Amino acid sequence: MVLSHRLGEWAGHAPVLEEEVALANIALDLLGQARVLLSLVGDEDELAYLREERAFRNLQLVEQPNGDFAHTIARQLYFSVYQHLLYERLAAGDGEFAPLAAKAVKEVAYHRDHAEQWVLRLGDGTEESHRRMQAGLDALWRFTGEMFQPVDGLDGPPSGVDREELRNRWLAAVTDVVERATLALPTGPQSGGWAAGAGRQGLHTEPFGRMIAEMQHLHRSHPGASW
Amino acid sequence: MAAVTADQKSQKTFGTAGTTDADRVAAFDATVAADERIEPRDWMPDAYRATLIRQMAQHAHSEIIGMQPEANWITRAPSLRRKAILMAKVQDEAGHGMYLYSAAETLGASRDELLDKLHAGRQRYSSIFNYPTLTWADVGAIGWLVDGAAITNQVPLCRCSYGPYARAMVRICKEESFHQRQGYELLLALSRGTEAQHAMAQDAVNRWWWPSLMMFGPPDDASSHSEQSMAWKIKRHSNDELRRRFVDICVPQAEALGLELPDPDIRWNEELGRHDFGAIDWSEFQEVLKGNGPCNEQRIAQRRTAHEEGAWVREAAAVYAAKHAPKPSPSSSTTATATASASASASASASAAASDQPAARTGASAPHEEETA
Repeated sequence: MVLSHRLGEWAGHAPVLEEEVALANIALDLLGQARVLLSLVGDEDELAYLREERAFRNLQLVEQPNGDFAHTIARQLYFSVYQHLLYERLAAGDGEFAPLAAKAVKEVAYHRDHAEQWVLRLGDGTEESHRRMQAGLDALWRFTGEMFQPVDGLDGPPSGVDREELRNRWLAAVTDVVERATLALPTGPQSGGWAAGAGRQGLHTEPFGRMIAEMQHLHRSHPGASW
Repeated sequence: MAAVTADQKSQKTFGTAGTTDADRVAAFDATVAADERIEPRDWMPDAYRATLIRQMAQHAHSEIIGMQPEANWITRAPSLRRKAILMAKVQDEAGHGMYLYSAAETLGASRDELLDKLHAGRQRYSSIFNYPTLTWADVGAIGWLVDGAAITNQVPLCRCSYGPYARAMVRICKEESFHQRQGYELLLALSRGTEAQHAMAQDAVNRWWWPSLMMFGPPDDASSHSEQSMAWKIKRHSNDELRRRFVDICVPQAEALGLELPDPDIRWNEELGRHDFGAIDWSEFQEVLKGNGPCNEQRIAQRRTAHEEGAWVREAAAVYAAKHAPKPSPSSSTTATATASASASASASASAAASDQPAARTGASAPHEEETA
């Protein structure tokens, strides 16, 4: 839901019309997935609009501001490769998320392809696009560790998912794209100063509060109204 | 579309050894008179070509600029369902812009050139998008009134004499009517909601009603392009006729919504079998057209900024495509546009999978692709 919101901010600002369509499309897919998941837990709007910052459990990666197009694409690459590998495994398993993952995996495969294609184009495009793509990858690298860290309060990983294996496959896939794009895999730490799984514990980065303030203000201004 | 046999078509297109200008004009006139379609390779008068490029470009620009007032509310949509609907709508508008630029390209214009003209203020877009969206209800008012007016204008274009335009409009009108129903439904929810929601809906209708009526263009006696466009069957009805039709549609809808139209002079005229309504403030319309509307500067500035800030991305795509163009196949993509449309068609197939939306809502490829290939 959070990443969908960030992608929604691109509407009317994309570098080319085809990307207006593509980014909105990915945002819609992600919002659709979020609505299914939220509805499993409770009322989707109550969960989206009435929780405060500390009660959100999203990864810090997805709440990061859009930055330039390369920054957005770097965020898409890191997240969509992770999401694709995770959903493939969930879909193959027999856990309660298997049917949902099976449906979403087709969408996520497209998101991943879209991100990979753009990393290649930007990395192996002009000098400027190469520089910007590398900067995007570097800036977001420190938020990638969280995807593979255990979540406080949950017993072990969801069925069919081995975190260590997921991390290795993710790293291999990202390395492959980054190298084909003539870019370098960032070398810094994958967790930037937070304890393991910070976002999962409701510990977020500063831009997130402002994002949900905008997202929630209308809903909160009319308590109990339906839309 | 009228059936034209291959024989007739090739004759119409290439003529025979003895074809004269007079023959070409006669063939064009006969095609138009028979309500058949003019196709990209057919001969056509230069003025017909120029009029169509102008109209289709303006139409495409309106879709692109029209994304802004609605996108303004995506991040503030009050429920996840409404947010999904709004995102899908704004995405559709980008898709419509793409169909229409493609259709205009069949006449020899290029998308880049048309966009440059938009950015330089040398081509227009619909005046309605120079009004701001101040509340969430504006999203509903735009759906109901602005899309409603657009549909009233555009349905006759599905029978327009230029084939690629007519076919693009068939697809666009289907999606637009879907948006219009959603806008109406949004307003209905507000109108039947809390007192504050009802007031928000009424305020939006008050602000969007008159600008929507202006979307039909100047009154018939002041419309410079109308007569020729009607003779060419680009246009089928006069501005005033379409405007009256729109008012007749809206009056009962407003009643059903429980909202008032901000015009004390609207009443049923038994004798004429239609509604009379108050005078439009054409001086406001003229000001907006001149660039002095509430948002003219802001809309163009955002469009320019998106375009300029995206330049390095388009350039990168072009350079990458040139580096990686497979040599042996002549049909492979070598331009940024071709590369980008490859990604867009992937997105079109993905969109079909998105829930809650009609499968046909994006479709990056214009319906007349076969003519441009």
